[in-house]
Amino acid sequence: MKEYRGIQSARGPLVFLEPKTGVQNGEIVELRDETGLRRARVIRLEPDHLVAQVFEGTSGIERDDVYVRYTGDHFKLELSPDILGRTFSGVGQPIDMDGSFFGEVRRDINGRPINPMSREYPRNYIHTGISAIDSLMTLIRGQKLPIFSGAGLPHREIAAQIVAQARLKDQTESFAVVFGAIGITQDDAFFFMNYFNENQVSDHLVSYFNYAQDPVSERVMTPRCALCAAEYLAFDLGMNVLVVLLDITSYCEGLREISSSREEVPSRKGFPGYLYSDLASLYERAGILADRPGSITLLPILTMPGDDITHPIPDLTGYITEGQIVLSRSLHRAGIYPPIDVLPSLSRLMKDGIGEGYTREDHADLSNQLFSAYAKVGDARNLAQVIGRDDLSPIDQTYLDFGDAFEQRFLSQSATESRSLDKSFAIGWEILKILPLSEMDRLSPERIRRFLER
Amino acid sequence: MIGRISSINGPVVGCVDTTGFRLREMVLVGHKRLIGEIIEIKSQGATLQVYEETEGLQLDEPVYPTGKPLHVRLAPGILGHIYDGIQRPLDVIKQQAGDFLSEGIGLMSIDETTVWSPDFIVQEGDQVSPGQIYATLQETRLIEHRLMIPPGVSGRIKAIHRAPATITEEIMVIETESGDRSITMELIWPVRQPRPLKERLAISQPLQTGQRVIDMFFPIGKGGTAAIPGGFGTGKTITQHQIAKWSDADIIVYIGCGERGNEMTDVLEQFRELEDPQSAHKLIERTILIANTSNMPVAAREASIYTGITLAEYYRDMGYHVAIMADSTSRWAEALREISGRLEEIPAEEGYPAYLVSRLAEFYERAGYGLTYSGKEASVTIIGAVSPAGGDFSEPVTENTRRYINAFLALDRKLAYSRHYPAIDWMTSYSGYAGLLERWYEERLGENIAPLRQRMLALLHEESSLREIVQLVGEDVLPDSQRLTLAVARLLRIGYLQQNAFHPVDVYVPLEKQLLMLQRIDQFHRRAQAALAAGVPVDQATDPKLMEELTKMKYDIPNDNLRAFTDLAQRIDQTFDQLERSYRRLHERV
Repeated sequence: MKEYRGIQSARGPLVFLEPKTGVQNGEIVELRDETGLRRARVIRLEPDHLVAQVFEGTSGIERDDVYVRYTGDHFKLELSPDILGRTFSGVGQPIDMDGSFFGEVRRDINGRPINPMSREYPRNYIHTGISAIDSLMTLIRGQKLPIFSGAGLPHREIAAQIVAQARLKDQTESFAVVFGAIGITQDDAFFFMNYFNENQVSDHLVSYFNYAQDPVSERVMTPRCALCAAEYLAFDLGMNVLVVLLDITSYCEGLREISSSREEVPSRKGFPGYLYSDLASLYERAGILADRPGSITLLPILTMPGDDITHPIPDLTGYITEGQIVLSRSLHRAGIYPPIDVLPSLSRLMKDGIGEGYTREDHADLSNQLFSAYAKVGDARNLAQVIGRDDLSPIDQTYLDFGDAFEQRFLSQSATESRSLDKSFAIGWEILKILPLSEMDRLSPERIRRFLER
Repeated sequence: MIGRISSINGPVVGCVDTTGFRLREMVLVGHKRLIGEIIEIKSQGATLQVYEETEGLQLDEPVYPTGKPLHVRLAPGILGHIYDGIQRPLDVIKQQAGDFLSEGIGLMSIDETTVWSPDFIVQEGDQVSPGQIYATLQETRLIEHRLMIPPGVSGRIKAIHRAPATITEEIMVIETESGDRSITMELIWPVRQPRPLKERLAISQPLQTGQRVIDMFFPIGKGGTAAIPGGFGTGKTITQHQIAKWSDADIIVYIGCGERGNEMTDVLEQFRELEDPQSAHKLIERTILIANTSNMPVAAREASIYTGITLAEYYRDMGYHVAIMADSTSRWAEALREISGRLEEIPAEEGYPAYLVSRLAEFYERAGYGLTYSGKEASVTIIGAVSPAGGDFSEPVTENTRRYINAFLALDRKLAYSRHYPAIDWMTSYSGYAGLLERWYEERLGENIAPLRQRMLALLHEESSLREIVQLVGEDVLPDSQRLTLAVARLLRIGYLQQNAFHPVDVYVPLEKQLLMLQRIDQFHRRAQAALAAGVPVDQATDPKLMEELTKMKYDIPNDNLRAFTDLAQRIDQTFDQLERSYRRLHERV
């Protein structure tokens, strides 16, 4: 392989190179100077220059004193069943104490879109041990269900708790978790590593950590590495894989930074026009294939800038994913953990993955009734603020009581408690008893007789 | 002449040595022969968009012209299948390439090996002209395929081969002025060129959807255009699915444009299971699915809309009423934006190209009701979902779509959060077809429904202004007449406008039942108003038992037992007669 000397120019994470015949779009280029080796990916080819995006960052690069080598290869991740239990950097280098890593296979991290014909519609659920999620917005195997959080909300704790507690109903099926940390702080990384160690989840966990101070070009590779590993575990090894990605907002900001140094025409809030397609290329990798065992369930976590759900990142995410779990600042302030805002939260695939054979036959009715009743709590609370609690009608007063019980007994649980479905459902039925039977607008008489007659 | 790649920027590829290449010509790009289309001819070279992943492509690789524009193949065998954005069947791709899509699988289209047996309705010696139907065959158990004389061919039939044939074999010879023309069952048609109608006619009948809020309040005309805008989670896709499943169109073209893969699987699974209410055959037999999911190449997303509408027009020309669902047109607009950005064109609003408006207009103008060259009345109805950024209807795609559509079914996030489905907001939705279709409804239902619809909408509008007051001071302080308005509006919302897509009775409701239900609510409202005037207090006038019966009539009264509504009407009258009598007596005693 021939080496060339010198680059044309460098800007931000990009270098501009002499065009050479035989260079492929997407190919990996190695840039070597006295400080060491950098890798870059060719992202644009023009008659008079090539543009390559450097993973390790461009600071310190010099125009003439650098050797350029075209590898003819694409960015690939080394994989083997031994990745479980290991911790890697955001671009797939081992960073734990277990030494170097050699894979059995090498895979292009970008993957390939699943043929819609090959998909199987997701049914069956993943148990998270969190009442609100399991009962009201059930995570379905093969689903992509994001958590919309905000700065300062405990999404970190929720993510760790889900990683530690997630399991399948049938425990004989193999299960693994891929954790992709994108642009997180050292402190957060320390928290996660500790948490995973203490809770002894590492035997079925593989993590990819990209730190906030790492170059942005690496940041945009991290979720792809995590998903590439997930595809290997799921569709090569037949495992059911849960992928937790945190924080998608950092990812999108990285993408924006690269786009702006490419001088692309921005759309909303400076994000590139292809943000939707780019996010879809991550999220759509979740799913189940009809002809193979295994599944990929995706739980991306993002922080909404300014708690604004119409910001392009949550907005475009919501258009691609199959529902969303929204965290609430006011519940958090009221000391409720996990502060899940139930009303705007939704799991679109839940209707087909719960009930008899999956969770329990009363699940759908219970969840509908809890939603319906809790939706009325807001109105009663608003009115109470204006005219005072004492002047409320008796029925509105019971709704206030129900609202408090819902938040304090049903939603609220400790960060280490893994609630069984039966227990979550039992609490759900129990708090519905606060309301008169005439308010049970989503239940059949048989259901009422069985669960609510006292 | 073979071109040469000079630049690569995502799906946009530059090419030199392009003498003889035409604008909008389809080309094969690189050694892998990826499929592309010329979108710009320059003084030196050309620019093309590639419908497949361009990773791995190199400078100086060859670009082969095909001499044809981007086109679809029109022939029997289209129905019941799922295609990508450029009419390549995804099941064949799966057989060849496995579970994951890869590039360079080449051009492929509908099945060429199936043998069909057309029944000719013309004879040797007959004079034929373009668009005329010359033979029919049973494409699926549900749909008869009608073979038409290709455009530009007229003359005398010289020979007919009556043996079964594949779509590429000659089945007929026509003697024309310019010599003999061999006719096969297939026809090539460029997707960006609308297929002509002989004559456009006024829209005069509704697309019956079985969804109450659409059929009674905001109807869609056959041959009309409708947009369904809504933020995420408001139920655009479910609404589109409902129309696709239950509307009385003959053929459905469902385009999943930049949407979720699992959704397409869902459509596919459901349509294979569900039966057409009239014929009991599976819905898939009248359906064409086009899937370009959000992670598939972006240029093919741009093409998928045109592929879909061209297939729709083909079946229209046979004399069918075709409805096309585009979910979502916003993703298509974003594909335009992405390509435009790579071409470094000067953007208009929010980065969208200035030609977004004319492209939207061109697309929606391909809908219509008219007379085909085969002499039949037929239509293409377009129903486009719009996904406005941030749920804000003032963004460019929603704003510009509004100018070219005639029914606007706005989905509201607040309604969706309170689980009011379909979340069609009666305050902001409208339909220009309501007036056009007045006569049709009158003939079908035996009465003019416009005044009833008007009364009900007025009631809902009044409710919405009252609710602002209620939020501040509570309901108890309102006068009885206004409390009645709130109660009836609530009944209308829950008992009528909400429709359960997962309930066996409520999933589809025939027009007659839709009207009867609305009449009962109206009857109840008027009797309650009269009762209030006669001194009955509002708590008595809104008798909970009767209210509950009315709320549940959508579930309790089966769609085929409409006589139950006569009983219900009597019960409403009896209840109020009794109430009024007892209060009259009370007053007399006082």
